[in-house]
Amino acid sequence: MKKEEVPQDKSSLSENEITEVCYAVDENGNYTKVSSKGWEPKTIVQNETLQIIEERIAQAKDDVKKGVASPIVYFMEFHKMDLNILADYTGYWKWKMKRHFKPKVFQKLSDKALEKYANAFDISVDELKNFKG
Amino acid sequence: MIKTDFTHHQSAHCENGVASNLLRHQGVSISEPMIFGIGSGIFFVYLPFLKVNYAPVVSFRPMPGLIFKRVVNKLGISLKRKKFRSEKKAALALDENLKNNIPTGLQVGVYNLTYFPDEYRFHFNAHNIVVYGKTDEGYLISDPVMPEPTMLTEKELNKVRFAKGALAPRGQMYFPTKIPKELNIEKAIVDGIKKTCNHMLVPAPLIGVSGIKYVSKQIRKWPKKHGIKKTNHYLGQIVRMQEEIGTGGGGFRFIYAAFLQEAAEVLKNDKLKELSREMTTIGDKWRDFAVNAARVYKNRSNQDDVYNSLADELLNLANLEKRFFKKLKKAI
Repeated sequence: MKKEEVPQDKSSLSENEITEVCYAVDENGNYTKVSSKGWEPKTIVQNETLQIIEERIAQAKDDVKKGVASPIVYFMEFHKMDLNILADYTGYWKWKMKRHFKPKVFQKLSDKALEKYANAFDISVDELKNFKG
Repeated sequence: MIKTDFTHHQSAHCENGVASNLLRHQGVSISEPMIFGIGSGIFFVYLPFLKVNYAPVVSFRPMPGLIFKRVVNKLGISLKRKKFRSEKKAALALDENLKNNIPTGLQVGVYNLTYFPDEYRFHFNAHNIVVYGKTDEGYLISDPVMPEPTMLTEKELNKVRFAKGALAPRGQMYFPTKIPKELNIEKAIVDGIKKTCNHMLVPAPLIGVSGIKYVSKQIRKWPKKHGIKKTNHYLGQIVRMQEEIGTGGGGFRFIYAAFLQEAAEVLKNDKLKELSREMTTIGDKWRDFAVNAARVYKNRSNQDDVYNSLADELLNLANLEKRFFKKLKKAI
């Protein structure tokens, strides 16, 4: 990549006034560091990823509203977590968490158990309990 | 307020950047590409049985921490590393270091780094930053991928140091303690290059050049096996890993070319200069691959053909790199 070819496209970086470093060749054929504001192909791919995450969050929200999933599912998706990551944060086994995903089981959870989840999501127990989708 | 006399330099990759910045602070002038090359930073591995963000794992770099570890070992530098069970003790140890005027490297999780745009905030736990001071408001942070130094509150820093999930940092901090008077850079460069060639040419199916070939074969199968949506998502993962902040573009190929150029000067080996140019061309082809892969999201016609031509591109890259690393091995 030549110095003048380093892309300066609009991106999430430029919106936050951040640049990233690319290595490129100057007019004498020597490598130098060049700041880039962003690159469109990368932005396209990132947007696709965010879109998939947003779809998952919307689906989880809907499931909570319909009463087929507990709020834990929603907050897990909201924080881009999966079962493995949430298991590490709460210390629960995965099969146990899957039970907590059921609204009926969720309603019977003790405050102590709810607190573990609330801490993982950085919210209060009340916020977790009262999320209705 | 405590502040060590640390200078922030922006770099492409966090690990090379922290390594280069910490060593520079100790008076060792060593560039980011040099760290990357000596640490054998070029790598490729495909792990279909491991999923991140619901797509198979592709990595253009070795395990986090390995590059720095190799550099330190090869140059005979002593590095102190500490992990913590207790969050309190981790904070105390860091403060103690700052009091002693030691800028300290930390392994942290990215998800709660508030200064990153949302697009970059995933549960990736092997990011590296340097803490170089503390004020009443919080810690002074030199994140090597950021243009300027930033800040994190005590609470925020604690959170990223004790992020959970794969590769959890467990509060890990590190800093060089002893640097030998004379560094044998020449030998380190040669060793680093040899290791890189061996890794890329290893006759194992998922690693190095064979790994790239394997992914190319898989791309042809994905549309039938998983449908278009999943295939695009899988492709996206490859491009993201290739162009994520820190690669310097083209899956680290440009940083490596920069390293070869520097190495040519140090070793007085013109062959390496030539190979640096060749690596640049290969890097450009990786960029083309990213452009064409991203295009798949826009044009939805002729799907089978599109995936086959992407697979061809990757196969071509694998062949070019195979020839390249064979030549590189002979050049030193």
